[in-house]
Order: sequence, then C-alpha cells, then structure tokens
Amino acid sequence: MSLRDKIQQGVMAAAMSAAQKVIAVAPDEWLPGGRPDPLIHQKHGLVGAQIPRIDGPQKVMGAARFAAEVPLEGMLYAALVYSTIAKGRLAALDTSAAECAPGVVLVMTHRNSPRLKSLPPFTVDMRSAAQDDVPVLQNDRIYWNGQPIALVLAETQEQADHAKSLLRPSYMEEHAVTRLAEAKAAGVETGSMMGMRFNDEINDAEKMLAASPVKVDEFYSTPRHNHNALELHAVTVIWNGNSLTVHDTTQKIAHTAWSLAHAFGLKTKQVRVLSPYVGGGFGGKGLWQHQLLAAAAARLAGRPVRLVLSREGVYRIIGGRTTTEQRVAIGAQRDGRFDAIIHEGVAAMTPNNNMPEPFIMGTRSRYAARAFRLGVGTVHLDMMANTFMRGPGEAAGTFALECAVDELAMRLGMDPIALRLLNEPQKDPINGLPFSLREVEKIFRDGAERFGWNRRNPVPAQRREGEWLVGMGVASGTYPHNRMPGGAARLTVTREGHATVEFAGQEMGMGTATVHAQITAERLGLPMTHVAVAYGDSLLPGKVMAVGSAQTASFGAAIAATHKKLVKELISLAGNDSPLAGLSPDEVGGLDGGLAKLDEPARHESYASILTRARRVEVSAQASAPLPLESMHWSMHSHSAMFCEVKVNTVTGEIRVSRILGAFDCGRILNAKTAASQFRGGIIMGLGMALMEESKFDERNGRIMNANLSDYHVPVHMDVPEIDVMWTDTPDPHAPMGAHGVGEIGITGTVAAVANAIYNATGKRVRDLPITPDKLLSVLPLSHSAG
Amino acid sequence: MSITINGGTVELPDDPRMSLLDFLRERLDLTGTKKGCNQGACGACTVLADGERILSCLALAVQYDGRCITTIEGLASKGELHPLQQAFIEHDGFQCGYCTPGQICSAIAMVNELRRGVPSHVTGNLLAGNIALDRDELCERMSGNLCRCGAYNGIVDAILDTFKSLDSEEAS
Repeated sequence: MSLRDKIQQGVMAAAMSAAQKVIAVAPDEWLPGGRPDPLIHQKHGLVGAQIPRIDGPQKVMGAARFAAEVPLEGMLYAALVYSTIAKGRLAALDTSAAECAPGVVLVMTHRNSPRLKSLPPFTVDMRSAAQDDVPVLQNDRIYWNGQPIALVLAETQEQADHAKSLLRPSYMEEHAVTRLAEAKAAGVETGSMMGMRFNDEINDAEKMLAASPVKVDEFYSTPRHNHNALELHAVTVIWNGNSLTVHDTTQKIAHTAWSLAHAFGLKTKQVRVLSPYVGGGFGGKGLWQHQLLAAAAARLAGRPVRLVLSREGVYRIIGGRTTTEQRVAIGAQRDGRFDAIIHEGVAAMTPNNNMPEPFIMGTRSRYAARAFRLGVGTVHLDMMANTFMRGPGEAAGTFALECAVDELAMRLGMDPIALRLLNEPQKDPINGLPFSLREVEKIFRDGAERFGWNRRNPVPAQRREGEWLVGMGVASGTYPHNRMPGGAARLTVTREGHATVEFAGQEMGMGTATVHAQITAERLGLPMTHVAVAYGDSLLPGKVMAVGSAQTASFGAAIAATHKKLVKELISLAGNDSPLAGLSPDEVGGLDGGLAKLDEPARHESYASILTRARRVEVSAQASAPLPLESMHWSMHSHSAMFCEVKVNTVTGEIRVSRILGAFDCGRILNAKTAASQFRGGIIMGLGMALMEESKFDERNGRIMNANLSDYHVPVHMDVPEIDVMWTDTPDPHAPMGAHGVGEIGITGTVAAVANAIYNATGKRVRDLPITPDKLLSVLPLSHSAG
Repeated sequence: MSITINGGTVELPDDPRMSLLDFLRERLDLTGTKKGCNQGACGACTVLADGERILSCLALAVQYDGRCITTIEGLASKGELHPLQQAFIEHDGFQCGYCTPGQICSAIAMVNELRRGVPSHVTGNLLAGNIALDRDELCERMSGNLCRCGAYNGIVDAILDTFKSLDSEEAS
C-alpha cells in the first residue's frame, strides 16, 4: 500500500467513525430498515418455500454456458508463463523459438504489451475490482513467485502450451521476504481496510486477565487456503474497435467493467462484462491479471482470445486466504463470567495489496466482557496477494476464539454451552449498539436437543468403539449482516401480467436468479412462472459485488425501492376510476396479478386492467437502494451453533466426522432448499479447513508446493456425512425481506466444533490447522485393546 | 479414424496431442463436459466410453477411434431429462453446476459397476454378484468427483432416489 493509500484509509476511517457516531443516535425511522419490509409479513407465499433452482435444467443438461464456453470465429488460445523466483528482475527472455513454433500468432512480454494504467486495489478504491496494484506485464520487475512474465497466443491450446515450453527466462534475483519470522521481525502494522481499523481496546485487558482466577492464554495458527472453485478462471474477450466484450467468470461484474475501462483508457460503457454462470467463487473469482492480459493480447493480435488458467495457474496468480497466528486469552471469574478477552496476532499480506485478514471480526460482537484487547497486525511477504475467502476473518478467527472458550470451559469444569450462554451480551460489546436480531440462546438449546448433546461425556478420551475414540464438540459461529452500497434494479410489468427484473447480479451457485424471481413475484403478486430475471451483465443496473454474503440484501433492497416506484407509477396510471384511487404506495401491495390495498384486499385492480385503460403495453421503473446506514445504527449479525461428532482411530490417527449439525440464527430464510445447500456447503468447506486444507508455501522461495487438486485436499463424498441443518426463521425487522446472507455463516464455527470434538474424543488439543493424523499420533496408543 | 459421440459419427482430430475433453469442448462445441483440473484429479470431465466412466482430460481423442462416447448432452432423450438429471434438480444436487455433468455421468456408470459386482474398498462380501447401493458404497465410488460448493448430500440423495426406484421397478 502506498503512502497515498494509507492516508486515504486513514481519512476513510475518520469519516466512517464520525458518521457512525451520528447514525448510532439517529431515530430508527430515519434509517433504511427503520420500517420493516412489508414482505416480512407474508408468511404463506413464495418467500421461504422450497423452490428448485430455475436454472437447474440448464445445469443438469450441460447447456449452461460458462465463460470459456462461448464459441467465437477466429479465436486464439492463450497460455501463460509464470516466474519461478519471488523477487527481482527478468534478465532475459528469448522468445524466438516460441515465435517460430507452429500455430503461434503472438508472444507478449513486458516489451510489447500495450501500456495499461495501474489499478487501485478494491479495498482502497471502491470502484475497482483489482486485488493489488502490481503493474500487469509493464516492466521487468518480479513481485512474487508465480507472477505472469509472458503470454503465448496460438491457433490451438495444444500449440500455445507447446510454444510456452520453449520460453527460457533468466532472472536477476533479489532478496525476497518469504519467511513469516523475517517479515514479523521487519515490523508489524495495525491492519485497516475500507474505513475499518482492526484495533479495539476497552479497559486494561492484560491487567484484568492477570487478576482473573481462571484463564486460558494460547496461540493458534491457520495456514493459507485456496478457494479451488471447480471451474478454472477463464475469460473470452473480443474487441470491436474501442469496445471490449468480456465473457468472464466473476463475482464482480460491474467493478470488472470499470477496472478494464480504467486500465485501457476507455469509458465504462465501452466495456461489457458478461458472466451469467460462475462455476464457484468463494471470494476467488475477481479481477486478477489474466483478464487484463487476455484483453491486452487480443488488442495486439486483433483477434478474439480465450484464456483458461491451468489448475496450477490458479494457485500461481489467484490469491487465497492468508496465514494467521493468533493469541486468544480469556480471563474469567470462577462462576464463568468473562473479565477480559484478548484476541490479537498477525496476518501475512504483501506490500502491494491491503487485505489484513480480520480474524477479530467475530470476537467483536460475540461475548460480553469487562475488558477487550483486539487487534490484527499485518506483515509483508513477497508472495501472491492474499484475498477474501469464504468467511474472511471469521473462519480463521472463530477457530481460535471458540477453541479457547472450550479450553476455558474445561478449566472451569463447566459445560461449554452453559459457559457461552452465561456470557451472552445484551448489546454489542464493542460499539454499544443494540442487536437487530439475536437468538443465540435458542439455537444452542434447540441444536443441543436435536443433536443429543446430553449424551456427551465431558471427560475426554472416555468413549471407545473398537479401535475408534468418539467425541463431541460444540462451537458458535458468527458473520455480519452486510448490505453493500450501489444496489439498483429495473422492474417492468406488461399488460399480460408478466414481469422482468433486471440487475447486474452474479450467480455462483447461491441461487441468485431463483431467489430474486421468488421475491419479485411475491412483491408483484404474480406467479413465479410470469417473472423473468436478467442478471450477469454489466450493462444492467447496479454495482454490487457478490461478496460478504451481501448480494441478496443489496439487490433485494434495490428491488424493493424499484417496486415502490413502480407501484407509485401504476397508481398514477390507474387514475380516479380505479379502486386504488387516492391510495399511497405504502398502502398498496401486489396481489393476484394486480395491486390491492394491503388491509383491504377487495380494493384491487389487475395490471392488465390498469395498463389497458392507460393504453400502455408495459410500465417500467428503475431505482437505487438507500445507502446501507442501518448497520451503523444496529449491530447486525448472523449466528450459528455448530455440533460435531468425530471418530479418531487409535492406530492410525485417522479422523472421521460422523455427525454434524448446524443451527442458524440468520433472519428469515428466503428459499429453504437453496439456503440449506449454502449452509451445508459452508460447513463442508469448514470440514476441509479443519482436517485437510492447506496451500503449502515453501518459505525458502515463496512458491506454492501443492498447486494441484491431488496434493491440495478438499473434502470428497466419503469425507462428508449427512449434514443436519436447522434455522430459527425469525425475520430481522431491519433487514430487507427480514433476511440475512447465508453464504458464509456455515464455515464459521465449524472448524472449532471439529477441533473441540477431537479434543473430547482424544484429550489432545491441536491448535494448528489443519488437524491431520500426524498431529494426533504422538498421544494415541499405537495398539489398542478392544473394550 | 472416427468416433461416435452421442449417436453421431465424427472424424477424429489431426493433432494427436488433443485430449478427448478438448476435442469435445473446443472442436465439437459440446461444452457440457467440464474442465476442472485437466490432470485427472477432479472428475468434472467424466464421460461414458462404451458405458464405462472415463476421465476425458486424461484420454487422447485418437485413442478412442471406433468407440462410442456419451456425454451429458446425450443423456436426455426426446426432450425428457434422464431420471437422474431430474433428481439432481429436486434434491438440489448442485449449486454452481460446474461439477454436475461429471457427477451425473459418473453415477450412471458407477451403478452399473455395482450391478456387475465390481468391488470397492468398502465392499464387505467380495463374492457378491450384485452389490447393494448404499450410502457408503456410493460415497466411496463417487469420491473421484469433487464438488467444491459442497452439494454432496443432495448428490447422494439424488443417486439413491433414482436408482433405488429404478431397481424396484425392475424387480416388480
């Protein structure tokens, strides 16, 4: 981060802090969410129903076209060459052999690449989608081991791949900081991002901890992770004069369009990004170097280009979750009440990006205590820029915090659920705001009953089944309810009673199209079959990334605002001869193919009738969502209670998760089918994080050692038991549709629940992820006696 | 040299380096078969070669001279989805949908392996002529098909639901 960026971060933080103080004390009704969304009261319609995905048939037939599947005439195939050193300069790169290879059209290096304007990282400039400010093939500098240094274009992929093998780069190597210890020794800075500074102090936590009669004070560590979306990052680009069309796989459609336009010196509307299907994202599908390289090469070659990263390429040039070292200390009275919570440590990032993995986020609102000391320190390594990955902050942070709570419960001789409920806060412990919704006690009680928590033996290593030790663990997860600025939508209703809702949303499998079809149909009083959803196109309204579990709330609020505008227009078109005459938009809602007075449904007129009388074929409205100020007025969070049973083999140390239950406090669930899949998907990624996932980083040279899906293990069918999920379905009165996002809460808490179950099974506490068999073997008996 | 794909005969590519996967996707525009790793680790490219599941990324197209290949595009007949395709929708056996064609092709061949009595790591009786389709057998045999969204429960339910009902229809 440059000095200018740092100053900008400081100014943003100060402005945010001032705004927060004013908004915190403003009257409820001044704020978005001050009046509950009328949809919250509709209980028996489409919202919440188990509706199958509307794009399901396309996906099961293989007919959904992803970014690398758009057929184009005259298209060239690209292959990338990656640096094998972590820092220095490219000394020489002889391209002659590659240029002469069959089918080769272009070898692009920093010497012939078009000049591109540098991009700010998106955590610094909210319009951007870029991850770091490293120049893209603009000079001979190497910033990380794996950086693209050349691109080959050829008539076929086979020809491009062969030609790239003929390039022989040589380097002038410089000292690279690739060891965490060296980076820490060079200095730790307090992390700050998007107006947030990751440092909270309330009272003297160290002093209170020292005086507490019972305490835990431990270090926990988490490794790097790769998103490993199953679809490879891919892009197909076409220039038409100064207009650029990009078929991308991205969670950041509008921001990618802005970024490409900025880099190539174009107007945003000259760039069209299309991304109707995204084969998994999890934070990884954003703007990286490959889109810029493909567009640059297509411009030079004057032909369309397709660039599909190899799986190794994904590890080389797509950042993942960074490594963290965390200290969690909790001091408590003998009755279990917390005196002090300390959660601090370091997260690795690079000199060129700004993503301080905010592992304290979940701790901020989780427990009451008299004193807090929370902080994220950052250190700089010469490595691929790290980024957001499912549950950024909370996934790693709740592992440390919730293991520490479990450890403290053991020392207190208390049940870990009782200890958690004893320390439930009445208001947000850090910012003092009231909670908009909080049913933590309910999810723990309901979850415990369904899981059979009372069958757990609190003494570890007591339950044996043959050569297996069996244990149960619990933990809580948390994730904020976010709504992003920039939400906008367009809504059109025709005389035939059909509607179209349009917004630049992204679909990575969350069920975006399905859920917005449901919500729009419910608002308009139309059957779902009469509602078409257009999304995945940067020319549509709205500039909202699919990040932070916020997309549904962000576009949902925009659609609500658009609906209100449309209703106003319809009432005005209906005129004085309508049963709706004299009503305000707030009194009217969609019902049975038309509008009706909410508390007097007999005052109804159909869209067909209104539009026919007005001699209109259709009516359309476009509007933006209000700024998301509600999260500065209420403390808005989702919660989970995760229960897990594991079996650990006493001979091999093998760990099998035999049962897992997630109980969720996430507001109203909009689609019971797709939401359950989101919960389960998050939980499964949590199982991977607990037991197997790690991007192995060679500290000698900064290179990822297991850059493939054979050596980076993700959970497979055999690793995953039947996962039970349940939810409160209590609406948050201050959130659009009463709903919270559900994409990330599942991974938070899961890791600690598994670790705590392993402790209960074996008596061994592992504080370093992933918990692999070798870490248990030292304490397990090598042989066993049955019974 | 020719190959039959979804019932139609096509000429094989000139370039012997071309994988069956790239041949399907880049030459024949059959993009339903997916590329997830291109090194045999993820299962997204699974297709049926004379009814057996293979990883098309590890197969050279020219090796399949004279063989019959079925891809995801060849499973529906007369506009009707294959029962397993329908069950994937009903049980939400996918989120992003990228691993789905591979999961479906793999499952169809996997069930035939059970019927032929081909044992797996979890099979109790190795001499059984027809191995029962239970959750353990299914998960063991489908573990070569990765799903990063984590739709495994739905996939398992879809497969069990489809083939248990097909088997009971056959029995009656």
